[in-house]
Amino acid sequence: MVIATKTNEIAAWSLIVSPWKDEKATMPTMNIIQAVNDALHLEMKRNDKIIVLGEDVGKFGGVFRATSGLSETFGDDRVIDTPLSEEGIIGTAIGMALYGLRPVPEIQFSDFIFPAFDQIVNELAKFRYRSGGQYPCPVVIRTPYGGGIRGGHYHSQSPEALFIHTPGLKVITPSNPVDAKGLLLSAMRQNDPVIFLEPKRIYRASKGDVSKEDYTTPIGKAAIVQEGTDCTLITYGAMVSVALEAAQQTDVSIEVIDLRTLLPFDIETVIASVTKTNRAMVLHEAPKTCGFGAELIASIQERALDQLHAPILRVCGFDTPFPYTLEFEYLPNADRVLSCVHEIMEW
Amino acid sequence: MQQVLDHKGALCQDAKMPDLSDKELLRLFDTMLHVRVMDERMLRLQRQGRLGFYMTSLGEEATHLAVQPLTQEDCLFPSYRETGALFWRGLTNEDYINQLYGNRKDPIKGRQMPVHHSSKEKNIVSISSPVGTQIPQAVGAAMAGRKQGRAAMVFFGEGTSSTGSFHVGCNFAAVMKAPVVFICRNNGWAISVPKHKQTASETFAQKAIAYGMPGILVDGNDILAVVAAAQEAVAHAKAGKGPTLIELKTYRMGGHSSSDDPSVYRDEAEVTEWESADPVNRFHAYLKNKKLLTDDQETKMRDAHVKNITEAQNIADKEPPPEVETLFDDVFEEMPWHLKEQQAWLLQQKRTKSPHGH
Repeated sequence: MVIATKTNEIAAWSLIVSPWKDEKATMPTMNIIQAVNDALHLEMKRNDKIIVLGEDVGKFGGVFRATSGLSETFGDDRVIDTPLSEEGIIGTAIGMALYGLRPVPEIQFSDFIFPAFDQIVNELAKFRYRSGGQYPCPVVIRTPYGGGIRGGHYHSQSPEALFIHTPGLKVITPSNPVDAKGLLLSAMRQNDPVIFLEPKRIYRASKGDVSKEDYTTPIGKAAIVQEGTDCTLITYGAMVSVALEAAQQTDVSIEVIDLRTLLPFDIETVIASVTKTNRAMVLHEAPKTCGFGAELIASIQERALDQLHAPILRVCGFDTPFPYTLEFEYLPNADRVLSCVHEIMEW
Repeated sequence: MQQVLDHKGALCQDAKMPDLSDKELLRLFDTMLHVRVMDERMLRLQRQGRLGFYMTSLGEEATHLAVQPLTQEDCLFPSYRETGALFWRGLTNEDYINQLYGNRKDPIKGRQMPVHHSSKEKNIVSISSPVGTQIPQAVGAAMAGRKQGRAAMVFFGEGTSSTGSFHVGCNFAAVMKAPVVFICRNNGWAISVPKHKQTASETFAQKAIAYGMPGILVDGNDILAVVAAAQEAVAHAKAGKGPTLIELKTYRMGGHSSSDDPSVYRDEAEVTEWESADPVNRFHAYLKNKKLLTDDQETKMRDAHVKNITEAQNIADKEPPPEVETLFDDVFEEMPWHLKEQQAWLLQQKRTKSPHGH
């Protein structure tokens, strides 16, 4: 299924934050797609065990163009257009990983990942454990997730909690091109299965000065993308730009944490920030009930209840299927973040 | 249906003989006996309440030995009823029985139910309970080894042919010309569901036609026919000609597992009918006619298995369960903070004794 690649993206992110601007002169500006593509090119060149497979990833270069040029450079044996079956893509990738390759399958939209759910949850996540450590399974599943592109139920969902809840998987969500490249390179160089969720809403809108060089961004380390003293706002993926947009519009000093890795998440950075600000909120576009925010809040109150001056609130997607026409009523935005911030501050 | 031996163990006319030395013929027979003795012993242990669960292969022993043409480097994706394939690969009685016990010497550290063996050293991929998941995985493994001249073989029951995984695996393999051999062990029953409720096709082998690969129907109780078909399919795969689907027609003489009671859903007469096709008896008659085996030798083989299995079982009996802290190992390569935290917490708690006697 191909959705128009010209999407209704948020333009704010690249205007608001550019933490790497000092190095701009020597670095090309890339969007997230280009950064992902650059990481794939770099790692495929460096390691001939890397295999890209999926629907339309070959000559076409993927419906979002993330695998553009790989087939021409590395050939059909390493960039495989598979038959149309997510179960087949992931099952095949697992078999490859068991026998020494490092597959990086693409699932075209994370909404289409569910035919492969059994392979991911019962197989990929459990292979190392169930074999007593004999069979590691280093597969990095790249998949675009999230709403805001007029995609309806099946091109908009945020399924991260399902994978975070599955022991044995690492879950990573970059919010910008610099991290996208660094995190993807890290993911391809470690030996555990990874669900790499790419925020498609800002695939092109989020731009950054990305080094052409080889660099990695550590898994399990959050980034404080804006320092603040009054309230900690914990978020990830496409919602980082919403958080920053909100933070620009208020006098409340908000500390914005971009988790970057959701499992294992950076509890130290979160607790240190909450200990400083004494207030916290969570922002994600996935549905609220049993969303990742619930886990974050539980973890904070277990460790820092006595530091809190107010309850930890959430701005999330609603517990409805993802809507089509009303998707911008569904999605969290800066206004809702601010209303939540004010509620916390006035507690 | 391809056949080499008739029910009396005599050669059929114009049969396609496998390429096997006398020594290999005897090893095949010995492995079938090994499975039979192991199954008898382990089912008895289960009935005595000393094993939680077991699955036997009575009547299906010949199907396991479709692995014969594989080299040790070729990939093997078994399901949970191919004990003979594991022994052929060199899995020891100790490793086999320690896994059933889930004790401290279990190669998979007590992580799975009995009969879910795995040995990287012997190149036996970890077994899973949901059926069919191993099929597309075997295709991936075959693709990974293609350049090195490796093939893969994957086993599954006829019920599994109803899953999406079967379809996906066959289709991917045929499209990619993956060097893989699909072994459909058609034993007539998927727990309580008979063959005619799984498919409206006359055979499982004929499903191969739709995928664009060869499909071969073989008498699965005829070890020589099984090996001949497997040899041809493995050679076909290694010659770059792609996958083959082999249906091995056999019969599950026992229950699906130790928890099953087939008398509830099938006619005992059907079981009796299959007794004349017993794969061990047929092969035994053939080897005797060929003067390769005497009754005395067979007794010695059997006694040796009984002795070795008893010794391994005695060791397994004494072995304690895995250390409690190992519960958290191998979830990831390195233990992340949240697992360390949970591990530390568990170690502070009072130890819990399993009501199942582990």
